[in-house]
Amino acid sequence: MARVVLQLRCCPAAQPGLVDKYEAVIGIETHVQLNTRTKAFCSCPSEFGAEPNTNVCPVCLGHPGTLPVLNAEMVRKAVLAGLALNARVALRSKFDRKQYFYPDLPKGYQISQYDVPLCEGGWVEVVVPDTATSGTGEVRRLGITRAHIEEDAGKLVHAGAASLSGSNYSLVDYNRAGVPLLEIVSEPDMRTGAEAAAYGAELRRIMRFLDVSDGNMAEGSMRCDVNISVRPRGQAAFGTKVEIKNMNSFSAMQRAIEFEIARQVELLEEGRGGDIVQETRLWDEGRQCTYSMRKKEGLADYRYFPEPDLPPVLLSQEQVDGLQASMPELPAAVRARYAALGLSQYDVLVLADELAPAANWVMGDVMAAAKELAGGFDALPMAPAALAEMIALIEDGTISGKIGKQVLPALLAGEGGAGGGSVRALVESKGLIQISDPAALAAIVDAVLEANPKQLQQYREGKTKLQGFFVGAVMKESKGRANPAELNRILMERLNAPPS
Amino acid sequence: MARLTVRCSTLHAARQQIATRARSATELTQAYLRGLRSVEPAVQSFIMVDEEGALEQAAEVDRRVAAGEHLPLAGVPVAIKDNLCTKDLQTTAGSKQLRGYMPPYDATAVARLRAAGAVLVGKTNMDEFGMGSSCENSGFQPTFNPWDTERVPGGSSGGSASAVAANQCIVALGSDTGGSIRQPASFCGVVGLKPTYGRVSRYGLVAYASSLDCVGPFAHTVADAAAVLSVIAGPDTSDATSSHRPSEDFAAGLLPLDQLGSKPLAGRRLAVIQETTGEGVDPGVADALANAVSHLQSLGAEVDQVSLPSFAAGLPAYYVIAVSEASSNLSRYDGVRYGHRAEADELRSMYGKTRHEGLGSEVARRILMGTYALSAGYYDAYYKRAQQVRTLVQREMGAALQQYDALLCPAAPTPAYRLGEKTSDPLAMYKGA
Repeated sequence: MARVVLQLRCCPAAQPGLVDKYEAVIGIETHVQLNTRTKAFCSCPSEFGAEPNTNVCPVCLGHPGTLPVLNAEMVRKAVLAGLALNARVALRSKFDRKQYFYPDLPKGYQISQYDVPLCEGGWVEVVVPDTATSGTGEVRRLGITRAHIEEDAGKLVHAGAASLSGSNYSLVDYNRAGVPLLEIVSEPDMRTGAEAAAYGAELRRIMRFLDVSDGNMAEGSMRCDVNISVRPRGQAAFGTKVEIKNMNSFSAMQRAIEFEIARQVELLEEGRGGDIVQETRLWDEGRQCTYSMRKKEGLADYRYFPEPDLPPVLLSQEQVDGLQASMPELPAAVRARYAALGLSQYDVLVLADELAPAANWVMGDVMAAAKELAGGFDALPMAPAALAEMIALIEDGTISGKIGKQVLPALLAGEGGAGGGSVRALVESKGLIQISDPAALAAIVDAVLEANPKQLQQYREGKTKLQGFFVGAVMKESKGRANPAELNRILMERLNAPPS
Repeated sequence: MARLTVRCSTLHAARQQIATRARSATELTQAYLRGLRSVEPAVQSFIMVDEEGALEQAAEVDRRVAAGEHLPLAGVPVAIKDNLCTKDLQTTAGSKQLRGYMPPYDATAVARLRAAGAVLVGKTNMDEFGMGSSCENSGFQPTFNPWDTERVPGGSSGGSASAVAANQCIVALGSDTGGSIRQPASFCGVVGLKPTYGRVSRYGLVAYASSLDCVGPFAHTVADAAAVLSVIAGPDTSDATSSHRPSEDFAAGLLPLDQLGSKPLAGRRLAVIQETTGEGVDPGVADALANAVSHLQSLGAEVDQVSLPSFAAGLPAYYVIAVSEASSNLSRYDGVRYGHRAEADELRSMYGKTRHEGLGSEVARRILMGTYALSAGYYDAYYKRAQQVRTLVQREMGAALQQYDALLCPAAPTPAYRLGEKTSDPLAMYKGA
């Protein structure tokens, strides 16, 4: 496998002729967690990162006799997103039950929308950066088939604590069960990994500008499933479609797509097109390749039927118009505004991206704090420069976003002074600086692997789901300070290294 | 036949006694618990009797009454069908799958009864998850009809009907999806009321068929049933399908006999639904209906016949919708979070073994039928078509009710049958629901 992988990885570059001969067709299903205060159908907090099974109640645990009650905020945020995606918002939509058995699905069905979604037929305009010139990028308009609202499932945690070592237990954390999701389905309009990455990044920007989601891929609040097929250029029929999951950044998504295109092209070139089968493949960040998770044997029958516990979702045109009128400036408009100022395309993209996190902080936590003060914003003891410094610390990886949230109350109370280094001094004094140093992280990773030889062996024998166990253990060891991206990279390197 | 050991008392009488302090809630509860125990071996109305809890609630009611609180159901002993969740009190819905399950919350109807001063004496027997018409499908025990213990009490709310009939409580709550209050009330000779869908919150009612399930009372008199409905009805923010109409005093229009004229129903137009009186209706039932019609006529009502042709398709449509929704609603009994769980080597077999051991054969049959009806390729022919029939029935019924003040039909085609008489023939049982 490893040999093939290496060979395939350099495929597109090594054989440029093939790029012209074949064309990939890419569609993306994106699950966006809407950042409502409470869950979709009950009043549990929908926050990320709480102790397992603490944000739960009889409703989201699917206890007998419980009933869902729709969170209006979820609909409001979904409509905003739909409008920003230029979609038609249905004034009357309904919920349906999607049925299957899995331990993370408390009721044995997911409340979703099937044949009458909230939003249909939109588009998003993206700028596909031209890496060769770093000059002007190409503007592409990509179609959106639909966007519908549904509830998230819980999360399986395999062999959680060290005391379960060697056991075959899986634990279920239902904190995520019932968290509101917006599923955005694109048209199969993308042709390259770069386009797909640009599409994902633009969706995330839009969600952040609207403050409907934090779009954090590492925490799973934005998840992309990619459908991809390859066909000879000029052929109208689609090739066999493969689904790829498990990418936790847009650059990973791009690499996964590029790998998958190369894999499929190579099979077609070798006359082994029949080996391309309908299946779900997972992206392995460590090995930089996709591998088969499960073959799809025919279409799964989810036995959708209208959810009898919820009346239809009814909106008035006035409500929709009101939301349209309240729409903040969107990334495309910001880009146009900067471009009109004469900035380069590159600067415009960077600036438009930078704006989002700061806006999120201000709109969210800071606004909440200001609201509680009689004098509003003017009465906040925090200097704007202190907030700016903290955002910069998050952006450059000095602290994680989670730590940022922890520090914010102190800043709001004025502890960060006037910024200019005082926020850094504050987080240093509290010992909250993120560990990004590869050597320091590698030392922690090695210690964890050494302490868990059994799991390491199981992982190497194919139980790759244990990855989560190791991430958890390293996080615990680092007291939550490990840089997640860096930790993941080093961990995958070590896990997939040939045993010495 | 079991002897009735407690003198038949109405809610109205009990309320008078408590209000005038002629009797305390504790004394009334003690008396009912004694009566309940004495006939219970003969009728088996209850899956669980909560004597200790009942006495605690009664003492609390006495304190509240002494403090001057006005409680519409002060001290009234009530029995609750075991598919209504009661906080920290076993709720099984008649299924072994939920043996030992302690809900972390009270159903809305139960909470409203408690707040009104009612005393919960226990949880009544039922066909598993409401699937049956005789209580013979209970996962635990049969219930016997208090009027003739060789006969069934009806179902699925048979335990609540028999508990009221045997004076083990004054009133009871049941639930009705396709006749589960009306038929056992008829079999046991008590008043059973299936309210309009949405009138009473379903929150905390263990779901059988969500678009049909209704909570309603059993009582000795219409006035008692009205008093209970007044307490449990009304909007509930926990049930999005509950009606927004506020509750009202449903007993307000009920006048004592001596205040009624000789023709109190003069000007009222009633009609017997033709399709419910023909073939398959027991002669005794037909006679009872005819007697009721003459009685109503003698009170001044005009009674016509009305034909609702869609009724013939109503029962099959009902079963398709009910089993489809049930197949989905019962998916949650998977052994993962609560209830029975079988030991197995891997997930699929754990699911299979758990459900095989925990769920009875009638429940399994209906889950299979519902799963089939919702499957790709069959959905349009079954579920969708059944919903269309439902709309037709609704329209015909609506049109008839524009013309008439009320429609009349027998609650069931037969009186109570013998235990075991229909258990081998599920189809006959479905028709008698």
